[in-house]
Amino acid sequence: MEKGLKTNRRDFLKIAATAGGGLLIGFNWMGCDSPKMKVISDEEVLNSALNFNSYLSISPTDHVVIYSPNPELGQNIKTSFPMIVAEELDVDWSKVRVQQAFLDTEKYDRQVTGGSGAMPHSWERLRTAGATARQMLMEAAAKRLAVPLTELKTEKGQVIHGSKKLSYGELANEAALIPVPENVQLKNPNDFKIIGTPIKNVDNRAMFTGKPLYGLDFYREGMVHAMIQRPPFGMKLKSVDAEAAKKIKGVKDVVTFKNNVALVGESTWPLMKARKTLNIQYEPIDGKLESTAFHNQVFDEMLNTGKGDVKRQDGDVNAAFRSAARVIKSEYQCPFLSHSPMEPMNFFAHVKADGVELVGPTQTPDRARNAAAEICGISPDKVTVEMTRLGGGFGRRLRADFVEEAVELSKMLQAPVKLTWSREDDITGGAYRPAVKYRFEAALDKDNKLIGYKLRGVGINAGNCTRENNFPSGSVDNLLIESLEYKSPITTNAWRAPITNFLAFAEQSFLDEVADAAGKDPVAFRLELLDRAKSNPVGEIHYDIDRMRKVVETVAEKSGWGKKQGVSQGFSVYFSHRSYVGQVAEARMVDGVPVLDKIYAVTDCGIVVNPTGADQQVRGGMVDGMGHAMFTNMTFTDGISDQKNFDSYRLIKMKEIPEIETHFIKNGIDPTGLGEPALPPTGGAIANAIYKASGKRVRNQPFMEQEEMKNVRLGDPA
Amino acid sequence: MANYKLQINGKSYEVDVEEDTPLLWVLRDNLGLVGTKYSCGIAQCGACTVHLNGEAVRSCVLPVSAVKSDKVTTIEGLSENGDHPVQQAWEEVDVAQCGYCQAGQIMTAAALLKKNPSPSDEEIVEGMNANICRCGTYHRIKEAVKLASAKSK
Repeated sequence: MEKGLKTNRRDFLKIAATAGGGLLIGFNWMGCDSPKMKVISDEEVLNSALNFNSYLSISPTDHVVIYSPNPELGQNIKTSFPMIVAEELDVDWSKVRVQQAFLDTEKYDRQVTGGSGAMPHSWERLRTAGATARQMLMEAAAKRLAVPLTELKTEKGQVIHGSKKLSYGELANEAALIPVPENVQLKNPNDFKIIGTPIKNVDNRAMFTGKPLYGLDFYREGMVHAMIQRPPFGMKLKSVDAEAAKKIKGVKDVVTFKNNVALVGESTWPLMKARKTLNIQYEPIDGKLESTAFHNQVFDEMLNTGKGDVKRQDGDVNAAFRSAARVIKSEYQCPFLSHSPMEPMNFFAHVKADGVELVGPTQTPDRARNAAAEICGISPDKVTVEMTRLGGGFGRRLRADFVEEAVELSKMLQAPVKLTWSREDDITGGAYRPAVKYRFEAALDKDNKLIGYKLRGVGINAGNCTRENNFPSGSVDNLLIESLEYKSPITTNAWRAPITNFLAFAEQSFLDEVADAAGKDPVAFRLELLDRAKSNPVGEIHYDIDRMRKVVETVAEKSGWGKKQGVSQGFSVYFSHRSYVGQVAEARMVDGVPVLDKIYAVTDCGIVVNPTGADQQVRGGMVDGMGHAMFTNMTFTDGISDQKNFDSYRLIKMKEIPEIETHFIKNGIDPTGLGEPALPPTGGAIANAIYKASGKRVRNQPFMEQEEMKNVRLGDPA
Repeated sequence: MANYKLQINGKSYEVDVEEDTPLLWVLRDNLGLVGTKYSCGIAQCGACTVHLNGEAVRSCVLPVSAVKSDKVTTIEGLSENGDHPVQQAWEEVDVAQCGYCQAGQIMTAAALLKKNPSPSDEEIVEGMNANICRCGTYHRIKEAVKLASAKSK
C-alpha cells in the first residue's frame, strides 16, 4: 500500500535561485517533515554545500549529495541513511555522494548515535525527504513538457514521459521554483530498488587507503597536543612535581585543573614519555578507596538485607513460593567493563574570542556543544561541532568528559588543543559498564508449571539494573522484580545494550535452569510462556508476542533444534532496542572439554535496509557479547582498575570466534536499529550450550576465569 | 634531537626527532601519514602495523633510530591507486564496521600473503590472530584474506 504524507507548509522556506543552479532540499528535523530549498551552483553543491545545513542536493551534472546527520561509529548509518533518501528520490546509487553533516540542531533532530534509535526515529523523515524532491522534479518536468503529472514516472535519476527522458540535473533549477508539495507519495516497499540490497560502506575506500577520517587524524597548524593524568576514583590531587617532565624535549608546559595534571607539547610522544616522570601525590577524598573484594561484599549484603526498589509486582509471589513444589534459586554476577573502542578518546577544541570550534569523535555532538558553551559562558550557537568518523564508541562517546577537558585546556592555554587519551587512560578512566549481581528465584508447582518468578538485582552506579517489563514478565502469575543500587566513586555509563548486555545472559541462563528443573525442552518452555502471555496476559506486555514467537520458531528451525546428533545446543532469545533476536549456540565435547562450533542468529528488525550492514551488526554484536562474556575482566584495587592495557584487558581474537550464521525475518514492518540487539542473547546461548555439553553451569562473567570453565575451548579455526 | 632520513612508500623523508620516538608517532605527528593508527602503544593490537622491508611490524614500539635505511611501507603506500588485491578484497567483502583497525589488518594480511600466497584457513587465523578488531569483523577479515589470496593467483 502506498503511503500519503502530509507536510506542513508553514515550515517551508524557499530561497531565491542563484546562478549555476541546483536543487537543495533540507529538512527541519525539529518539527514535522518540512523541506527547505535553495538553489546553489554545482561547485557549491559538491564542495561547500555543508554550509546550507540541508539534506540533499542535486547538481546540474546529475550528482546527488546526501548529508548524513548522525555520527558514524561503525553502525553503518552513513551508508544506510542515504540509501533511504536515494530510494525515494529514485536515483542511481552510483551518482550519490555522501557527506557527514556538522551538528545543526535547527535543521536536524536527534543527531545522536545511541540506543539503536536512529533508524526508527528517521525512517519516515528520510523517505519523505527523498520523495519530496522527487515530486518537485516531476512537477518541473510536467511543466516543461506540458503534460499531466500522472503521465510521468521516474527511474534512476530521470523523469520519463514516453520516450522522452529528462535528467534530474537538467530539471534541478526549475524544480527549485516549484512550490513544495503538501502531500508526497512514498513508494510501495515492494518497489524498493536500493533498500534491501547490499550497498557497501561509503567510506570503504578512504578507510582502506589510510585517508584521515577519525578524530585522532585531525591536525591543525599551530595546535598544541595535550595528555592528562587523572586521579584514581575516590582520590584528589595533593601535589605534583613536574620538574623532570618539563625538561623533556617537546614538552611545553605542565598545568593542573580539577584534580588533573595536563601535559602540553608539540607532539604526542614527548607527552607519553614525560608522563612517566611525573611525581604526583593523591589523597583519598573521604578516606575510602574501593576494591573488588569490597564490591563483592556489598553485593551480598545488599541482596540479603537491602531494601529493593519494587519495579514490577504481579500477583502474590510470597503465596506462590509458599505453595511451590520446587524452588530454583541462582545468582549471576558480572564485572565492570571498559568500552575500549580501538580509537581512544580524543578531541580538538579551539576556544576563540568569538566562539568555540570543536572537531572530533562524539556520539552526542549536542552534548559536546552544550558542555563547551557552559565552560566558556557563551551561547551554544557560538560553538561549532564537526563530527569525524568514530573509531568505535559502544556508548563511551555518549559522554562529553573528554570534550570538556579539551575545552578547559584550550581556554586556559588560549590555543587550539588536541587532547589524546592513551589506552591506559581509556581503560582506567571510568565510564564503565556497571558491575551487577542478580538473584533469581523460580517457583514450580507439582505439574512443573512456573507459578512464581523473582528477580532481585544490585548494581554499582547502574540505576535500575532490571528491565522489569521484558519477557518473561506477562507470562507468570506471580512475579516480583526489585532493583538496588550502590553508589560508588567509580564512574559508569551506558555500554552497548545497557543493562541487558548482562541481564539477558543471566535471565536466559536462569530460564534454561528452570526448564531443566521442570524437565522441559528450553524452546518448548519459552513457547509455553509466550502462549500464556498471549492467551491470558499478566499485567502489561511490553513486547510483541507474535514477533518473539516467530523468532524463536525460526531459529529452532534454522538450527535444526533438537534434531542433531553429537552436538549440544543452547538457546536464547531477547527483545531489546525494539528488535528481536533468537540464537542457538552449538558445542561439542572434545577430550573432555566443550568446544563451541557455531551460533545461529535469527533477527527481526523489520525491513532490512542494508543486508550487508545488517549482517555485520548482528555478527559484530554477537562477537562482542561472546568476547566480553568469555574473556574480559576488570578488577579494582584502591580505586583503580588492575587492567590497564590490552595485555591484561583481554578482548576476543580471531582464533576464538565460532562460525556464525545469520537470518532475518522478512516482514514489511518499519525498520528498527541493530547496533545493540544481537549482543544481549549471545552469552546465554553459549552458556546454555556449554551446560548441555558438559553439565557445567557458568553463572559469572567472564566465563574463562571461573573454576567450572577451566580448559574450555572456543571455535575450532577449521 | 637527531636527524633521521627515512625511506617511506618509495619517498625520502627527513625528520628531526628524539631517537626513542616510535615510528608510529613520526608517521602521524611529523609526516602527516595518519593511516597508521594508534590504539594500544604496546604492540598488543596491531592497529599500527606497517611493513619494514616487506615484513609486518608494530610501529608503536619501533624506535625511529632502529629504522635506518629499511624500506617502510604504510597503508598509504601499499598500492599507488588503492588497488592492492588485499584492499580490493576488503572492499568487495565490505569488511569494516568502524574501520579504525582495518589499515593494520590490511597491512598484516598483505605481509602474510606475500610470504604465503595460498594460506590455509588455519594459517590465516594464525597470521591474523594478533590483530584486534573491537567491532568483531573477524569473519569478514578471514573471508577477505581468502579472496585476496585467490585474486593474487
